Formats: sequence, structure tokens, C-alpha cells
Amino acid sequence: MPDAILSLSNVTKQFGALLASDQVTLDLKPGEIHALIGPNGAGKSTLIKQIAGELTPDSGEIHFAGQNIGGLDAVARARMGLARTFQVSSLMPEFSVLQNVLLAQQAVSGKIFRFFRPVLKDKSLIDPAMAQLERVGLADRAHMRAADISHGERRQLEMAVALSLQPKAFLLDEPMAGMGPEGSKRLTVFLDALRHQAPVLLVEHDMDAVFALADRISVLVYGKIIATGTVDDIRNNAEVRRAYLGEDAA
Amino acid sequence: MIMNRETIINSVLAALLIAIPLVAQAMGEIFIITLVTKVAILALAGVGLNIALGYGGLVSFGHAAFFGIGGYAAGILASHALNYQPIATWPFEISGSTQMIVIWAVALIASALAALVIGAITLRTSGVYFIMITLAFAQMIYYFAISWPAYGGEDGLSIYVRNGFPGLNTLDPISFFAICAVLLALALWFSAVLVRSRFGLALHGARQNDQRMKSVGIAPFRIKLTAFVISAMITGLAGALYADLNRFVSPSMLSWHMSGEIMVFVILGGVGRLFGPVAGAGLYILLEHLLGGAFDYWQLPLGVLLLLVVLFARGGLIGLLAGERKHA
Repeated sequence: MPDAILSLSNVTKQFGALLASDQVTLDLKPGEIHALIGPNGAGKSTLIKQIAGELTPDSGEIHFAGQNIGGLDAVARARMGLARTFQVSSLMPEFSVLQNVLLAQQAVSGKIFRFFRPVLKDKSLIDPAMAQLERVGLADRAHMRAADISHGERRQLEMAVALSLQPKAFLLDEPMAGMGPEGSKRLTVFLDALRHQAPVLLVEHDMDAVFALADRISVLVYGKIIATGTVDDIRNNAEVRRAYLGEDAA
Repeated sequence: MIMNRETIINSVLAALLIAIPLVAQAMGEIFIITLVTKVAILALAGVGLNIALGYGGLVSFGHAAFFGIGGYAAGILASHALNYQPIATWPFEISGSTQMIVIWAVALIASALAALVIGAITLRTSGVYFIMITLAFAQMIYYFAISWPAYGGEDGLSIYVRNGFPGLNTLDPISFFAICAVLLALALWFSAVLVRSRFGLALHGARQNDQRMKSVGIAPFRIKLTAFVISAMITGLAGALYADLNRFVSPSMLSWHMSGEIMVFVILGGVGRLFGPVAGAGLYILLEHLLGGAFDYWQLPLGVLLLLVVLFARGGLIGLLAGERKHA
């Protein structure tokens, strides 16, 4: 698969007796949203962590942007253009919304060891940061503390931070988690457009969103990918129905 | 509004720090000048620690190491200069110096190198382990100083004549105070600029959330190590001044009591507040002077006060007067 931006081959991770990732092979192509679904405890977040570099697979290879990234840590992978959001929002709670985005902007600029100029007067960071906040609809919250905004707004802020990294691929770990129906609908529209900026590996429980957005879906059960295909393929797949609806319903 | 209140309080503290010695000079109260000089130097040590502890959340219980290294830089250079013995003859001859500027440079470089080594090891840990390992490193240097007879060992090292500064008579208390006050002002200015800079933003981030730092592609370790080194350099500079103030340096400058004292200045005044160390060191020396004269156990009420600050006034003295810190 030469055109894939991100590809995993036979990635395996074991925690004691638990096989969290079992020979996982999947890829992410330019312009697509590839959804990763599966029941709770299937190992979706564990897989995201291995791609992001927070966990090291026991075996298997991960290629990103034409390079084997197995030996790179999370920092190096983020710098290469792998942007991830967290299932449970992971922000700087004491920072303002704007400062959270500024941190990402300055990380991308590569100029962090600057000791004198005030960052809050630095137009070269503020302008693009405000543009990202505008894009996710948080511009009017820019000066509120991240700890004081609503749950849904924190999810939006996570997106703004990820966008600021100008990534080559997005890893979104349940971006809809805890969002109301209205918020989910808005985020669906947003993600739909996001794929034109960079492909998205989307872990999500909200099936309406997944079916509306995904170009391809992979189904993970007990650490193993049991099916990969288009929305229709997956909807009609007997094994997937069994895994999702429970053994009894099959 | 809150920012304004803190600025007013900071200005008042700065004005007091300058006015008291001037009034004392006019009244011929030399002792008070020396006392305020001590406050300025200890505040400088606290300003250093505040960068690591206050902004970076790095609870270093070993900053006496840098304070003492600065002190010994002054003591060793001066003692070699006074008895005309070179410090080293190979690869080239290095002689001592009684010039403060040379001594400060050596103190800054020596503390930076020590902090680079200590930080590179200790910053791999966090929380209580970080506290304990920084303490352990400082104690190692303390015992080394005690057992090294060349520079006085346990007895310490006297500096017979206070080191010099071009154009000033440093033995004149008000001149020496001026030197210390200018250095403190510079450190405060740098510290204020630092927290608002790009590096400051990254440092505040590294304190809050390692995972987020990594996921935006910034290695928190490098940020913390840089802050630790800067912090140590400022505390080391204070150590050099302290040795010159007392014209004496001994292993007690390296002991864990000293680390604790510097930490007390910061906590008493307000962790992460610009003028926290100034307020803290001022209050500490005031209490030591007022209560210490009255009875031997003056540290008992200090302990109670510290307990109250930690329990009820997390922003320390500055926090109590200026209200909660403004964040954005």
C-alpha cells in the first residue's frame, strides 16, 4: 500500500494474559476517514497509544509518512505530524483557552527556547491561534480558563490544539464522548470537512456519526481486526453483527 | 484589577527595600543596612528557586547545593588571590581573584554545571522522589565540603577582605547593599520577562500536563532541565554575595537547613509570585531579628506561621494581600 500515510502491520501488544492488540494490520490513506470501532475493552485506545508512541508494541511495525516510526517517541511522532486528541480531555487546566492553542502554535514554530519576548504579544502565534479557535467556534472563549469551560467546549479546544499542529494525520480518540446530540451533530459536520486537510483515524462509539463520516471502517474485537470495509460492507457483515449484538442474537 | 493590586504591593516592597537602608544610612544605623542586604541576597536565592518551584513545579529540596557552590566560588577564588597560590597550574595557570565580576561569572558557571548534572538525573523522577534525590545530591556536596581540608573543611573559609567591584568601596555597607539590590532587581526583571515568554509558557505547561506537552511535540524534560539550570544559577549568584556579606563561607551554606530556608522564603512569600521570595525573605529575617532576640525558640512561631500559610493562604503573603493569581 504505497499511498498510505499511516500503516500498521501485525502490531501486537500483550499485557500479561490479555492480548490487547493481536496482529493488527490497518492503514490510513490520504483524504479518508478511517473509523475504528469495537466494543468496550477491545483495545482501541491501546492501539491509538501505540501509534502515538505512548506505548511500545511487542512486535509489528508502524510506518508513518514513509518512515518506520517504531524507534521514535511520542514527541518525535508529534513533530512528524501525528496529532492526537484524548478520550478524556487532556489540556492545560490553568491556561486560558488561547494559551492552550498558543503552546501548540509555538511547538510547531519550533522556537520554544525564547526567553524575552512576551508570548501574549506575539502576533505570529496569536493570529493563527485565534484562527483555529474561530474555526472550532471557541473564539469568544479565548480568555477563559480551560478548567472553566464546558465539557463540550473542552472537546472543541482539543480539536483546535490538534489543528494547530498542522498534522499529516489525525488520531481522534472518541471526540464525541460526552457530547450532547447538538454538539455531536456539529462535530460531525466539522469532521466531515477535516478529511480534506489530513486523513483521520477515528475511534468512536457514536454509530450515527461513524456511519455518516467513515470512508472505511475497521472493527476491533478482543484486540483483533475482524473486518475492514466500507460502511455497507460492515453493516452487512455477519461476524460484526454477532460481535456487536452479542452472541445470543446471532 | 487583581494584577494591579499585586503590582502595587510589589512596588511597595521594592520601595521599602530601597528606602530602609537609605534611612538607616542617614541615621547611622549600619546594622540595619546589613540586615536588609541579607534580605536582598536571600530573596535573590529565593527568586532562583521560585523559577523551578513556583513556575516549573519542581520542588527542589537541594538548592543549598547551588547556594553553597556560589559561596565557595567566592571563598576559593578570594583565598587563592590573597595567598598568591594558583588554583590550577595545568593545563594553564589559573589564579584566584578578588573581583566580584569574575567571582560571579565562576559562581554562575559552576552552579549551571552542577545543576545540569543534578537535573539530568533528578528530573527523570517526579513528586516525592524528586524532592528526595535533590536533597541527596545537596547532602553529598555538603559532606564533600566537610571532608575537604584544602578549603577549611568543617571550619569553613574566611574571606579576609570583601571582594571588590570597580569604582565602589564594597566594604561600605550601603555600596555593597546597592550591588545586591541591583542584582536582585535584574533577577526579578528577568524572572518577570521569563514567565511571559515562549519558554515561560512551555514551563507552565510542563508543570501542568506532561502528556499534553508530548502530544504537541515538546519534550517536557528539556524545558524542565533548562528551568532548573537557570534557577540554580540565580541561587548560586546569591550564594557568592552571601559569602561576601559574611566574609565567610562554610559547609552550613550547603546543608539541608539552607535548602529548607530558601524554600520557606518562597512558600511564605507566595509560590510562583514574582515578589514572593522578597516578601518571604523579608518576613523571615524580620521574625528572626525580632523574635530571635527575645527567646531561643523563635523558629517555633515561624513553624506555626508556615503551617498557617500552607493550610490557609496558598498564595503566601503576596496571595493574602493581592488575591488569587490571574491566569490568562
